[in-house]
Amino acid sequence: MSWYRPADVGFKARSVLADWGYGARLLMRLFMLFGASVRRFGLVRNQIHFLGNYSLAIITVSGLFVGFVLGLQGYYTLQRYGSSEALGLLVTLSLVRELGPVITALLFAGRAGASLTAEIGLMRAGEQITAMEMMAVDPVSRLLAPRFWGGVISMPLLAAVFSTVGVFGGYMVGVVLIGVDAGAFWSQMQGGVDVWKDVGNGIVKSVVFGVAVTFIALLQGFKAQPTPEGVSTATTRTVVISSLSVLGLDFILTVMMFSI
Amino acid sequence: MSDTLVECRGLSFGYGQRLILDDISFTVPRGKVTAIMGASGGGKTTILRLIGGQMRAQKGELLFEGQDVAKLDPQGLYAARRRMGMLFQFGALFADLSVFENVAFPLREQTDLTENLIRDVVLMKLQAVGLRGARDLMPSQISGGMSRRVALARAIALDPDLVMYDEPFSGLDPISRGTAAHLIRQLNDTLGITSIVVSHELAETFRMADNVIVLANGGIAVQGTPEEVRRSQDPLVHQFVNALSEGPVHFHYPGPTVAQDFGGGLQ
Repeated sequence: MSWYRPADVGFKARSVLADWGYGARLLMRLFMLFGASVRRFGLVRNQIHFLGNYSLAIITVSGLFVGFVLGLQGYYTLQRYGSSEALGLLVTLSLVRELGPVITALLFAGRAGASLTAEIGLMRAGEQITAMEMMAVDPVSRLLAPRFWGGVISMPLLAAVFSTVGVFGGYMVGVVLIGVDAGAFWSQMQGGVDVWKDVGNGIVKSVVFGVAVTFIALLQGFKAQPTPEGVSTATTRTVVISSLSVLGLDFILTVMMFSI
Repeated sequence: MSDTLVECRGLSFGYGQRLILDDISFTVPRGKVTAIMGASGGGKTTILRLIGGQMRAQKGELLFEGQDVAKLDPQGLYAARRRMGMLFQFGALFADLSVFENVAFPLREQTDLTENLIRDVVLMKLQAVGLRGARDLMPSQISGGMSRRVALARAIALDPDLVMYDEPFSGLDPISRGTAAHLIRQLNDTLGITSIVVSHELAETFRMADNVIVLANGGIAVQGTPEEVRRSQDPLVHQFVNALSEGPVHFHYPGPTVAQDFGGGLQ
């Protein structure tokens, strides 16, 4: 077996294409199962609880510290130009446009994505997915769809929590600790942040990241080799691929949203 | 209704170049316990997967109630699977659901029964396998033999026509093995279902089966009642029934001969 033999190259190319096709069809099916998931919202609710609520601690703590650091760094730069009252605006724009959605998605990939992949992969390894198929229950609609929609709903909510807590962290450092005028902090923020362009685009980003991370996690788990080694490889791939996808998608989305 | 529930005609199946099943034909009579025996890796479990429509044979037909399973569309296949129950080798219970919820799972998914009715059906099925008292335990809290009995209760939850058992005795102590054999026979007779048992445990299987099919080297070595199989003069069956390590079933995986391979011969 060597890479330059035409037959091997062809085989490799075909299997890569087949993987992509499989993934695209699975994503389509998950979107089409939205209605079915809404009809059995209890299953989605459990997943929001599992993926969302259990990620709250890590999201809140990270958001607070990112806000602290933004407050410090922002003040340090802004005071050189004598515009430290704009600290509120700087902290908020950084959070709602970029850091909120992106860091939340990265943390979500590590916290919730990895656990989704491991859960589905172990169900595959324990023949639970086969058992479900033999009971004439479609594992895509019973297992994957509620998890997918649970993740897609949780992500923007977590990003909102992250940004909110981050603004509060910036306030604590900037206003309470350093002594920036509280009125200027809030009024500059209020005047400079646009609901649709800034907050709205941030929400769109977090929804897209939610789709990407949750889908990658489910796909990796669903096609994991049914062995301990296979599940561990799949979990690693989930974290690596979804983190890189989030960063890549963030660049594309930013270009689309803020270049014109 | 014909007397045959499952019929297999000229079935061949292989992974890549290696043929596991080579042109085999047999029938599974309705209401009887049919055992499929043979050495490990001989394609016994594969037959169950073919009946369940999870894999497709390269050649031949597999008829369930007269319909070729491999030719069914997804709806038809799911409809056929609703009439089958399958017991997996290690139970394959849903680890995040309690014993009760595991048995209730097919009922919740496939029927519109009320909660009270589901509770009664689940307790009835658990009673049949002697685990009504264990309903609140989680799969991690019960032994291997118990989880297989829970899986059996789950497999019969929808009153299937056919129940397939994949190695129901492996890894069980002698008492649980006897219990399992007794249970399979009893469920078959009291519920009027048809059972297919894949196993290589001679004593238990011969005691409870109506028909035995012995697979060896990709084909059917012999089929008949346990008594006929035991008396068979076929060298393959002789080797299997007497647990001999040498005979028509080879101990060595196919490869070059010792003389060719050693001393750097094939480098």
